[in-house]
Amino acid sequence: MQVSVNWRQSVALVGTVLKYLAVTMALPLSVAIIYGSDRLVFLVSIAMTAALGLALERLEDNSDLGLEEALLFVTLAWVGVSVGGTIPYLLAGMGTQSTVGLALGSPSALFNSFVNALFESTSGFTTMGATVLSEISFERHSHALLMYRQLTQWLGGMGIIVLMVAILPELAVNGAQLISAEAPGPELQKLTPKIAETARILWLVYTGFTVLLICLLYGLHLLGWAPNMNLYNAIAHGFTTLPTGGFSPQAESTAAFSPAVQWLVIPFIIVAGTNFALFYFVLHGQYLDVFRNREFQGYIGAIGGVTLLLWGLLFTGAAPPLELGGVTRGIAENSLRQALFQTVTLLNSTGYATSDFAQWSEWAQVLLLGVMFIGGSAGSTGGGIKIIRWLVLLKAARRQLSTTVYPDVVEPVKLGGRIVDEDVVRGVFSFTFLYLFIFGVSTVVIALDASRVGLSLTTIEALSASIATIGNIGPGFGLLGPFGSYLSFPATSKLLMIVLMWLGRLEVIPMLVLFTRLFWEW
Amino acid sequence: MRVIIAGAGQVGTRVAAALDTNHDIVMIDVNTDRIDRLRYDLDVLTVPGDSSAIETLREAGIEDADILIASTDSDEINIITCGTAKALTDVTTVARVKDLKYIDTWDQAENVFDVDFMVGSNLLTVAAAAGGIGLPAAQNFDVFAGGTVQMAEFEIKPDSPILGQTISEADAYDALTFAVIFRNGATIFPTGKTRIQPGDDVVVTGRPDSVHSFGTELAPRKTGPQNVLIIGGSDTGYHTARLLEERGLSPHLIETDADRARELSERLSATTVRNKDPTDRDFLENERMADVDVVVAALAHDSEENLLAALRAKREGADQSVAIVDHGEYVDLFEDAGVDIAVNPRRATAREIIEFVRDQDTQNVALLEDNQAEVIEIRIDTDSVLAGRPISEAVDDLPEDVVIGALTRNGSYRMPRGDTVIEPGDHAVILADSDIVEDTIERL
Repeated sequence: MQVSVNWRQSVALVGTVLKYLAVTMALPLSVAIIYGSDRLVFLVSIAMTAALGLALERLEDNSDLGLEEALLFVTLAWVGVSVGGTIPYLLAGMGTQSTVGLALGSPSALFNSFVNALFESTSGFTTMGATVLSEISFERHSHALLMYRQLTQWLGGMGIIVLMVAILPELAVNGAQLISAEAPGPELQKLTPKIAETARILWLVYTGFTVLLICLLYGLHLLGWAPNMNLYNAIAHGFTTLPTGGFSPQAESTAAFSPAVQWLVIPFIIVAGTNFALFYFVLHGQYLDVFRNREFQGYIGAIGGVTLLLWGLLFTGAAPPLELGGVTRGIAENSLRQALFQTVTLLNSTGYATSDFAQWSEWAQVLLLGVMFIGGSAGSTGGGIKIIRWLVLLKAARRQLSTTVYPDVVEPVKLGGRIVDEDVVRGVFSFTFLYLFIFGVSTVVIALDASRVGLSLTTIEALSASIATIGNIGPGFGLLGPFGSYLSFPATSKLLMIVLMWLGRLEVIPMLVLFTRLFWEW
Repeated sequence: MRVIIAGAGQVGTRVAAALDTNHDIVMIDVNTDRIDRLRYDLDVLTVPGDSSAIETLREAGIEDADILIASTDSDEINIITCGTAKALTDVTTVARVKDLKYIDTWDQAENVFDVDFMVGSNLLTVAAAAGGIGLPAAQNFDVFAGGTVQMAEFEIKPDSPILGQTISEADAYDALTFAVIFRNGATIFPTGKTRIQPGDDVVVTGRPDSVHSFGTELAPRKTGPQNVLIIGGSDTGYHTARLLEERGLSPHLIETDADRARELSERLSATTVRNKDPTDRDFLENERMADVDVVVAALAHDSEENLLAALRAKREGADQSVAIVDHGEYVDLFEDAGVDIAVNPRRATAREIIEFVRDQDTQNVALLEDNQAEVIEIRIDTDSVLAGRPISEAVDDLPEDVVIGALTRNGSYRMPRGDTVIEPGDHAVILADSDIVEDTIERL
């Protein structure tokens, strides 16, 4: 087989990405300096990541990518940052009790520690948000490392490729192809003629909301309504709310904070799952366009509907009295807040939790499992299948019914008065099929792999492990609950989950094409 | 600048590809497939829809646009698009048209169609196809103001009749301006006393017949191509014949359709119009091709027939062949196959539009001697330093080394003399040193 793809170009660009990743590690380094621990870890991490990046960059000077090279670059960039991102975990945890630290004892321990670090790093960048840390606490891990963990989610949220297109002028030529391979949703939406400017606008809006949330959270703290929300926590949660991430430096996630904080975070989670292009329209005074947007209507409608159902269930006692985020039967505010929070966080793949929903009644759990299949909006930071795809699927299915009655009926699929291109409809069907197919197969593989090592897994646990990874959601049910961990899975399952996270983040197809013959041969 | 391009055909795409790195481009086309592809090929925003509809223009952000380029396949839609856009905002409008009658209207009437700049693809094709035919010594050739003004560059040979004369001695023509002389790499803006030396490159601008007689005088012994055969009575074929007539030639034109041949013979005077099928095998063989100097293949919409006709004519003994190519990508292919000059209307049109956008206020730009000097065509408006004053007075407000090469008013040629008063609406062809051209444009 003669390889016709100039992979050197793609790999060299991944080097550039790693170089910038090293630059972003200056933030955890400064946290390390402030708190006085792990300073050396981050200095060495920066040096190693930068050296790796610079070495790869030397492979090829020509950055004028073709279509194949662009697709390869997108996947490799995500694999690259996930692998490069393991360095701080491995170094910081070396010789400690940390489950992600480099363990040099035996080859299998070394392998396991690397898989764990890669899982944590991938879970960060892909904004999945599940963890394999055995214990999240400042006794076990430094402030700097936990802040780094938050930062990885923030970088991955709006997209590493989008960020690269925004700052590297040489990527502008293929920017549209690169971004469409990374950005969520069936179609590329350009806001301005220049793709680099579109990328900059998206990152600016994203950064703007992040800064706003951090200020408001810290403001609540200063007002005395959020005792635990110190500046560190405010920044940490600002970093993981907008990317629909879900990491928290607190073991109790958002349940560790006051109801005021939880109420404040809810609208920001909703924003994170909204198409960011809509905020650009708002900035241009086109408020009505936002409310007329079919996907936005569908998104809000889905949140509203599920919340009402869940509210009813919780109000009538679907949740036992819990130590963490308990839901007291018959109290409207409490049950509404828990219903709404859990709905938004699981629907758009954030994965925060204010209550241990893994202990809720089976009805409520099944409802939440269903919610995980919905996903955020196109052009948001959310994972999953996405609202717009569901709308297209439903309309296309309805058309199928019409053509059954009147075979000669001509009926394009329309969304909000706009005709959806048949190519897009076909793409949506293929995507959804592949997504659900991979989900199904992975569920079986995870269940079998667990029984191989004697880990008992219920059906809902296996289902939730699979959907939570490919959907970049994070928590599942049972031992994967919101305050649980994925640590007990065997390394083989974790590797599968890592691939699922990448597949989910890149929306399956751009990554799967790399496994076709046609891609590599002429 | 924000540039809206209506029509993502060959011209529109070519223009967008040339401008997308430095300008914000929005492209409109009715064909969604075509426009979807562009989204990835070029760094542009795409809007599907009919550009002559107000809604589509609004969606493309016409309010913020600096230039609108209408380059769809339909002349009428292009003109209507410009008119619609002007009704919304004072964007600069560019329309590409094929039919020369619109160019004539636009040239002769004030503020017609709301089109600020009209590019005639056929006009450009004709200019390129006729090129230096009849101007044997010309090295560089261009037309301005809808063909009313020609510019040609001649090299002065050691045996040239005007060698050693001053400009005022050499200038024996009623409608000719000696604009620039390039001597040993230097640019000279000649005065009446400048003496012509061997090796000089002289650039003249003027009415086509004057430029032509000057050209013939320069190279009297080198018999210019006298026998021109135009194959095909398309619009391009017709205008090529007309242009050659202006240069004092009597071409033959072959047209298959009897009615069209009749119509052409009525409109052309010095051209011999013949009603025959040029693709007929016997025709070219019977015609004494060895006597034909130049063959211009200008069959409408048929690149392949043009290629075959040009190649066959050459084989039968024609000295030079020119073929019109419909597809820009085929130009090199045609020339490789043995056609001497392949002319693509769309390429020429796109080039013209690109130059216009790059030099927004100027209308037509040509470069001389590796960018040493630029020729610009500009429409004089009321606040120009040239407006309403005699040229001798106005030049004081212009930088040195600027020559007003020619003037047209309402579509007819005016000789620029010191006492000529330039009126708003006139088109001026101006030559300037490249370094000061920006400054000059600003004052105009």
